[in-house]
Amino acid sequence: MARTQIVSAEEAVDRIRDGDTIMVGGFGLVGAPLTLIDALVESSDARDLTVISNNVGEQGRGLGLLLRQGRIRKAIASYFTSNPEAVQAANEGQIEHELLPQGTFAEAIRAGGAGLGGFYTPVAAGTLLAEGKEERLLDGVPHVLERGLRADVALVYASRADVLGNLWYRKTARNFNPAMATAAELVIAEAGEIGPAGSIDGEAVVTPHLYVDLLVEGRR
Amino acid sequence: MTDDVRARIADRAAQELRAGDVVNLGIGIPNLIPGFLGPETEVYLHTENGLLGVGPRPDPNEVDPDLIDAAKLPVTALPGAAYFDSADSFAMIRGGHVDVAVLGALQVSAGGDIANWAVPGRDVLGVGGAMDLVVGARTVIVTMTATSSSGEPKLVPECTLPLTARGVADVVVTELGVFRLMDGVLTLTELLGDTELEDVAAAVSAAYEIALEARV
Repeated sequence: MARTQIVSAEEAVDRIRDGDTIMVGGFGLVGAPLTLIDALVESSDARDLTVISNNVGEQGRGLGLLLRQGRIRKAIASYFTSNPEAVQAANEGQIEHELLPQGTFAEAIRAGGAGLGGFYTPVAAGTLLAEGKEERLLDGVPHVLERGLRADVALVYASRADVLGNLWYRKTARNFNPAMATAAELVIAEAGEIGPAGSIDGEAVVTPHLYVDLLVEGRR
Repeated sequence: MTDDVRARIADRAAQELRAGDVVNLGIGIPNLIPGFLGPETEVYLHTENGLLGVGPRPDPNEVDPDLIDAAKLPVTALPGAAYFDSADSFAMIRGGHVDVAVLGALQVSAGGDIANWAVPGRDVLGVGGAMDLVVGARTVIVTMTATSSSGEPKLVPECTLPLTARGVADVVVTELGVFRLMDGVLTLTELLGDTELEDVAAAVSAAYEIALEARV
């Protein structure tokens, strides 16, 4: 049996449990796995989710739908402002939230996927976003200790996959997807098209198939 | 802020760029800069969501849904453009491979501290790539009006709004004039338009030196 299974969106999101931490790719809605998010909204009832995603979707779109259902307990993001409802939910305490500089957010996911517990970055040193975090001088420059991020499940989007689970991204729809594909126990990839092995040139593969557990044919 | 003021700031900021620079432009006034670059100043625009070689905005009928900039607006990619993921993009930024970041600010202090991401009590919650860019880019150019919409100075002794980073501004271009951090000292180096020194003194609460280079 192939390592990577091709399943329906509903079967895939059925693997998400109450209390899980999920990573969701996309910069705004570009490169977001919208077919998987729709399935999560419509056919799963997993609750108390911690969502790691650059934005919490937009108003009533993408992860914004999950927010409206009250199924997000906590969100870790760099930019909530693109969804005013997420800003309001965070400011009013309906969801817990953690704000990270976008580069720190991306690197924390990469570190998590690469088996690193954390890293020191000069970014955010001396600011509100470093409060409660270890700071130390490295070569005389203040750095902040940031922890790696991992998730139970990652939902990513790729324009193309092959049946093995190799992924190819198109233009700026790549964004956080490759890093997230490395940083979860279960990685579910939605692909616009799924071709035979060899349909993606090995030198063009961005996410090698060992990272991918489930493949879902999604939007093109 | 009138379009004329915005254009004046963008035009002057454009003159700070050099041919061959890798440049990241923030939202707002910085985004007007490409319109003021002459053909002799070819720069490579980087957008942190994963593209080096950003081109002009497309015609509405030629929008590619997979091709946006950090403002989440459609763009084009120039010949020779390269795509990369977000982690690589910020590795480029923090690693000092982006020559210039141009961005707006709410306040800049006499010591070059920048505050540009949060206003307490306002319905915004997001920092995006601002902190990474001002720490990582080799040169940081701030474009902003000298005073806020309510008339408060934005060049201040110390930032009172949440900080983006300390001591990172290199150049501040306002509609009144250009300031540079010279050995950490805020210095007025140029007056713009028909601005007089008294106009600057009235609009700036930060202490600054004066070393006028030229009048444009």
